[in-house]
Amino acid sequence: MQRHRLIPLLPLAGIILVLPLLFPSAYYYRVAALVFIFAIAALGLNLLMGFAGQVSLGHAGFMGVGAYAVAIGPSHLGIAPLFSFVLGAVLSALLAFIVGRPILRLRGHYLAVATLGFGVLLTIVFTNEAKWTGGPDGMAVQQMLVINWTVRRISTWYWVLAVSFLLSAVIALNLIDSPTGRALRAIHDSERAARVLGVDVAQKKLAVFVISAVYASVAGSFFGFINGYVTPDVSGFLRSIELVAMVVLGGMGSIVGSFVGSAVLVILPQALTIFHEYEHAILGLTLMAVMIFLRRGIVPSLSAVLGGTYK
Amino acid sequence: MTTLAAERISIAFGGVRALDGVSFKAAAGIVFSIIGPNGAGKTTLFNVISGLCAPDDGHVWLGGEDVTALAPERLARRGLSRTFQNLQIFSRLTTLENVMIGRHRHESTGLVADLLHLPVVDWQNRLTREAALKALARVGLGAMAQRPARGLAYGDLKRLEIARALATEPAVLLLDEPAAGCNPTETNNIETMIRGIAADGITVVLVEHDMRLVMNISDHIHVLANGHTLAEGDAATIRANPAVIEAYLGAHNAASEPASAVR
Repeated sequence: MQRHRLIPLLPLAGIILVLPLLFPSAYYYRVAALVFIFAIAALGLNLLMGFAGQVSLGHAGFMGVGAYAVAIGPSHLGIAPLFSFVLGAVLSALLAFIVGRPILRLRGHYLAVATLGFGVLLTIVFTNEAKWTGGPDGMAVQQMLVINWTVRRISTWYWVLAVSFLLSAVIALNLIDSPTGRALRAIHDSERAARVLGVDVAQKKLAVFVISAVYASVAGSFFGFINGYVTPDVSGFLRSIELVAMVVLGGMGSIVGSFVGSAVLVILPQALTIFHEYEHAILGLTLMAVMIFLRRGIVPSLSAVLGGTYK
Repeated sequence: MTTLAAERISIAFGGVRALDGVSFKAAAGIVFSIIGPNGAGKTTLFNVISGLCAPDDGHVWLGGEDVTALAPERLARRGLSRTFQNLQIFSRLTTLENVMIGRHRHESTGLVADLLHLPVVDWQNRLTREAALKALARVGLGAMAQRPARGLAYGDLKRLEIARALATEPAVLLLDEPAAGCNPTETNNIETMIRGIAADGITVVLVEHDMRLVMNISDHIHVLANGHTLAEGDAATIRANPAVIEAYLGAHNAASEPASAVR
């Protein structure tokens, strides 16, 4: 009998449930909320990179679409925040569908540079369309409103985001253990073999690109909501690199790894502020050390050391 | 039962004519072998037939339909699959999962069902797994099902590729050097396997360097040299053909004239 596909999430759900009991202040809720948000984006990127083997260095661009959707929708267009949130996801999917077709024909480094260009392009649009986006200074985001319930307190956001993250993880795990997921993993190893076995490689790549764009968009919208404002930095190149680093650090192809990668890269910079000007140097060194000693990423490597098959 | 035919296939790579007007017809359910010295164009011909590269000229016919330059995944859905000379294993997947990919064209869940893990996905996964296990058992790899594919021995990987292609339930199966690098026992196993596949009514098109294997199992042999058809016929005809003998000897003797000039 095979182990149920959702079992890896149980310990994570347990931790998420207990964690708030240990939080001494609102600041901790905020950090945890950020971890969930980036974990959602990293999860989506992991489906694309870790499973299907297609790199994207512009994924924060879709975070930008999600963030600006919840900023522009309610303030400029009078669209309800919740609906703007959905609209952002739809828009991201559409955008991914359009650019994905030509871009995903490229492989390896060429795909990396093309996606990088896409991310940069979106950042330029967000910076220059000042009438809509407030330009480089950004713009305010109204609070999330679900019918007549406003999500205001950060502790409420903690639970909303925790549930959203777990749902995202369930959907990701569903996909992996399905005909589509198997085909994606096959594409990672050999596109030619996948094709002669009947897998429509171009269609599968496009599907996972669209899915991962929706993940990023959802994360971007949440990011806008909890910050209360949005600037073009949300879709910037550094943000995209950060997402890639989260996926690789936590473990390519590991769902729990995306959470761990996000946690490390959100919490570590906060924790290292005690080192003042050495903060970035220590952060860099830590990442290098982790990749040298846990080269398959934190979760898969530690799991292998402990003799398990936890993914 | 499906026939496979090539009609005046020509393709050039940067001025080199890899194939020049090659035609053949493989009748349904036979073992059809393509042989020739290294560089004769055998693998290129396979790549053209399986849709991995489009010919400059000529046609490929599958069961009476023109399938020239059709994408490989479409050909797979019409019942043509292949193995690769340099193995193309899904090394991150288990042995069983490798073969499960071969079932892809028979899987019918949609993307939405897959994302939500609707009950149909469980049902499909079980069906796929059972069919894949059957294909694995057929090539004698049943015991390896749960092993990571990258851990398998070379001979086993060769058989895994065949199992994977068989799982697609092909009408025509292209085998690119299935016995390359295999020891005599493994080669014998592959011979038995190919006989079994042909006995099931699958048309087997074989590229192979092991002449003993080729002569033993082929119903028809097509000889290529320098992108041209050199000879064709049954094993006895080919064995007695002086041009074929010359082409093979010539391949070992750099000083000799090009084989095609001998005729």
